[in-house]
Amino acid sequence: MTNNRFRTKFYFGILSLTAVLFFVLDIVLGSVSISLDEIFNVFFSADKVDTHISNIIINFRLPRACVALLVGVSLSVSGLQMQTIFRNPLADPYILGVSSGAGLGVALFLLGSSIFSVILPAVVSNFCIATAAFVGSALTLLLILIVSIRIRDIMTVLIFGIMFSGAATAIVGLLQYMSSQSALKTFVVWTLGNLGSATFDEIKVMFIITLTGLTIVVFSIKKLNVLLLGDVYAQTVGVNLKMTRIMVFVSTSLLTGHVVAFCGPIGFIGIAVPHIARMFFRRADHRILFPACILLGANIMLFCDIVSQLPGYSMVLPVNVVVAFVGIPVIIWIILSNKKIVN
Amino acid sequence: MEHQSIKIENLSLGYGNSTHAKHEIFPPFSVTADNSQFIALVGRNGVGKSTFLRTLTGLQNIFSGNIYINEKIANNLSRKDYADLMSFVSTETIRIMHLKVFDLVAMGRYTYTNLFGNLSANDEKIIVDSLKMVGMSDFMWRNVSELSDGERQRIMIARALVQDTPIMILDEPTAFLDIPNKYEIILLLKNLTRQKSKTIIFSTHDINIALQLADKIWLMANGKMHEGSPSQLMQTNAFDEMFVDTILKMEDGEIKFK
Repeated sequence: MTNNRFRTKFYFGILSLTAVLFFVLDIVLGSVSISLDEIFNVFFSADKVDTHISNIIINFRLPRACVALLVGVSLSVSGLQMQTIFRNPLADPYILGVSSGAGLGVALFLLGSSIFSVILPAVVSNFCIATAAFVGSALTLLLILIVSIRIRDIMTVLIFGIMFSGAATAIVGLLQYMSSQSALKTFVVWTLGNLGSATFDEIKVMFIITLTGLTIVVFSIKKLNVLLLGDVYAQTVGVNLKMTRIMVFVSTSLLTGHVVAFCGPIGFIGIAVPHIARMFFRRADHRILFPACILLGANIMLFCDIVSQLPGYSMVLPVNVVVAFVGIPVIIWIILSNKKIVN
Repeated sequence: MEHQSIKIENLSLGYGNSTHAKHEIFPPFSVTADNSQFIALVGRNGVGKSTFLRTLTGLQNIFSGNIYINEKIANNLSRKDYADLMSFVSTETIRIMHLKVFDLVAMGRYTYTNLFGNLSANDEKIIVDSLKMVGMSDFMWRNVSELSDGERQRIMIARALVQDTPIMILDEPTAFLDIPNKYEIILLLKNLTRQKSKTIIFSTHDINIALQLADKIWLMANGKMHEGSPSQLMQTNAFDEMFVDTILKMEDGEIKFK
């Protein structure tokens, strides 16, 4: 028992260190090569550096790294919760339809503005996209809460979520079909994900939402553990199911809502990281998996961001492309090396 | 003075509520369970045993009638109140990757641990003791998914034990088990009624085991609930009700072809 605990703490320590390392690397590496000295100067003796360089660091790379960190943490923890509450290894943060709802919001906004030929400055337009996405995901959450309070069987809730996603996607398809080329491109680019568009004020919002979401999850950890055995066992050991579902759905919607709003629907992290955490720590206890998902999610998302910057090249890849290229081999490797992901 | 653990008055079983059509599947009956009694619930598939146990554990609303658990009205109990009074082992097979036996048994301490589910030294001692009691001490850090059906059933009983409730309810605890395991599990449960004075109610299809080891049998057959000790039910030929319209009959405590 003690040996086990030591190993867990050791892994937590290592993962914290690598997270810091990746965070620094994410700032250091990019299309413009900047030395560590210069970066040090940007933060501690600003007068010694070129404003051009400090601009890149302060206004581009630092916010981007912060966003990557918040996105990785939020999606991983949401995925963990969804896989537990639906007792389904394929569940991801978007299974409730949060991203489809957000996508519908964004599509409505983009199509609407293209119909009325409103041309907005990029900053305003980004802000409006985020707002549209947030309203979309909040309304989805409301719908899910109403359904989950009225319906006892969690699988029915799951099917409802999938059906809602399908309906939202269909409407988005219709909107895409009718929309102008430029609006269509903006939408497609949004679906590819972008960690770099959030402003400092928006990052503050993301930070507060992430912290709120994580706090709710901390108080759900004990309930999530018992939910591993299913609703019947959870109830007979004293869990209030309705309350638990509300906590899980609200925190998941907060955590995924802000990601989708400010960065687009970023895939794979939410489904892959909880599995990686289970393989790594070989436990199903959420008191271990919750911090493990936070650390692994931060590490992996920062790593993906570094790759997407293509250090040394002037091009930047869409983050969803990189996440898929990094995520898919990991999932395949896990499946092949463990033979099975569940049971 | 023994008190009644469970008193059931005019309970009928069924589905539906105010909005859906009501459908009664078993007519009203009254039975009781005394403190530290070992009770077998017997009846054919589909007669309503599981519905009865679900109603008894509060997982399903009472269709009509009254249930008193340790003299408290069941309708007024919260999930936590239920969890303090009765533990439950269902027929569901638990296979979860990387779930350690210790962690699974620890779930039974849900109402005792703090907000974050941290186990105290006392909680850990209770978990270790319960595993010892079901003969699974050596399996503490094994994965639940690697256990045999018999081993898993012992673990699920240990999980119910750490909940430390006066009443324990088990839905077919011997299904899927081989004959030695069936007897061992039932004897283990019977010992708990004697050593820990728990009231245990279990549903089963093993009439022989119920006749040999139960203090009392609740027999659901032919739209009637028969209550009595094994010998009483044998004398009144209650078991024949169970085999109406079948090729079987009960004779001298054994099941035979007609």
